[in-house]
Amino acid sequence: MSHATYVALSYGAALLLVGGLVLAIWRDGRARRAEIAALEAQGIRRRSAGRNEGMGA
Amino acid sequence: MKALFWRDLALAGRAGGAAMLGLMFFLAVVAVIPFGVGPDLNLLGRIGPAVLWIGALLASLLGLDRLFQADREDGGLDLIVLQDFSDLVLTVLVKTAAHWVITGLPLVVAAPLLALMMNVEPLAGGAVMATLLVGTPAVALVGAAGAAIAVSLPRGGLLVSVLILPLCVPVLIFGISSARAAVTDPDPFWPPFLILSAITLVFAVIGPVAAALALRASSD
Amino acid sequence: MSDIAASAGWWTRLANPSRFLALSNRLGPWLAGGTVLTLAVGLYLGFQAPEDYQQGSTVRIMFIHVPAAWLAMMCYTVMALSAIGSLVWRHPLADVSVRAAAPIGAVFTALALITGSLWGKPMWGTWWVWDARLTSFFVLFLMYLGLIALHRALDDPARSGRLSAILVLVGFINIPIIKFSVDWWNTLHQPASVLRVDGPTIHPSLLVPLLVMAIAFTLLFFTLHLVAMRNEILRRRVQVLRRNAARQIGESR
Repeated sequence: MSHATYVALSYGAALLLVGGLVLAIWRDGRARRAEIAALEAQGIRRRSAGRNEGMGA
Repeated sequence: MKALFWRDLALAGRAGGAAMLGLMFFLAVVAVIPFGVGPDLNLLGRIGPAVLWIGALLASLLGLDRLFQADREDGGLDLIVLQDFSDLVLTVLVKTAAHWVITGLPLVVAAPLLALMMNVEPLAGGAVMATLLVGTPAVALVGAAGAAIAVSLPRGGLLVSVLILPLCVPVLIFGISSARAAVTDPDPFWPPFLILSAITLVFAVIGPVAAALALRASSD
Repeated sequence: MSDIAASAGWWTRLANPSRFLALSNRLGPWLAGGTVLTLAVGLYLGFQAPEDYQQGSTVRIMFIHVPAAWLAMMCYTVMALSAIGSLVWRHPLADVSVRAAAPIGAVFTALALITGSLWGKPMWGTWWVWDARLTSFFVLFLMYLGLIALHRALDDPARSGRLSAILVLVGFINIPIIKFSVDWWNTLHQPASVLRVDGPTIHPSLLVPLLVMAIAFTLLFFTLHLVAMRNEILRRRVQVLRRNAARQIGESR
């Protein structure tokens, strides 16, 4: 194989891994937002917006 | 503290199984190796020290999750955690020492015997025994931290091994290289052996402190 | 004095997740934009750069390999600092930070290993050598995987934060020992011959793209870390909301 193949493979691997990571994090965020929206639609809200809830503080 | 040490020894002795299981695992791992690499005695003699070390490492990792499990089951762990922090660290150290006597020491004693079966030279066999004597406590000490972290988890045993194995790489490297150096002439035996001892001492500080912190954290 | 007071105030204010979310909403787009910009400049410079007379075009692999390796180490350092924050000050965001950083660190370590292997095949003739640097990175990768496994096993955020912080710190203390022992092991087993890559100093024409890419990757890390932290906070909020909802249902019966 030529050197260019290895370079292409490396950049491909970088694209795949970093792209996958970005996608995974983005989808995770959307899923969480959807969950919160669904809960709020059911009328379940946080009792106070500014408190440290569930943060283990 | 002395009383605790003897109590732990007696308890483990009565339970019996754990100590013997570790030893049996060690024997089984070493016995399986020739089936994998073939019965060539020269080759076995060359890789023998490494095989013994890896076998002993795996055997001591496997028993680790038992370190605090018994105390957790009978509720004693909650009392242990209530002590001052320095007492807690000392308790962990003593419990780890007792655990090592039960599970680690048999491995050290059995090593020369297996070394003969692996066609390792007697001198190298002795060196393996000496390095195991110094090195396996390090595994138990850093393992105490892992056992404390995983104490409240189901399926903790495998997790402890996964968490602790990377940290044991230095112990393995210096253990095997000093065992090797005892027979291959130009390499000196003492420098890796002394570094191994130093690692054990470092782990004797890090392990119990981290384990004590983790026990506190998981009992909150 | 007022300086310290102000910074302490800023620090404790940040401990409030809602404020952190607001801040991250404002900061996030800038970080993301900066990442895209520097990444584009870095890639352009990287492909403009002349080929190395020894390595040929494979030198371009270095433009992602070196920054990925740098991030793999920086990510663990960020985690160790967060772990101290979590254990000493019990800063609630520190737990979140450790948890969010681990998968990112694992991905960049994997990327460094893969690109290193792809560089090694044409240069050394094999995919993998048990070279000191590769081996210690492999151990680092295992440590990241262990942390992720621990995170998956622990679901109660209040307890898991401190436990994983302890593991991170024990690992951090161990990294120099592991590095030292792997170097020792390598010199014992392999003659250092072909594997010396840090021979001549890097030519500026290669150094500039390398630095730009390093900055781009660093920005990328902080962007991803920020968003992952935000996700983690939301995840915990959902947990609390669900618990509250269950309790309300229980009370109304």
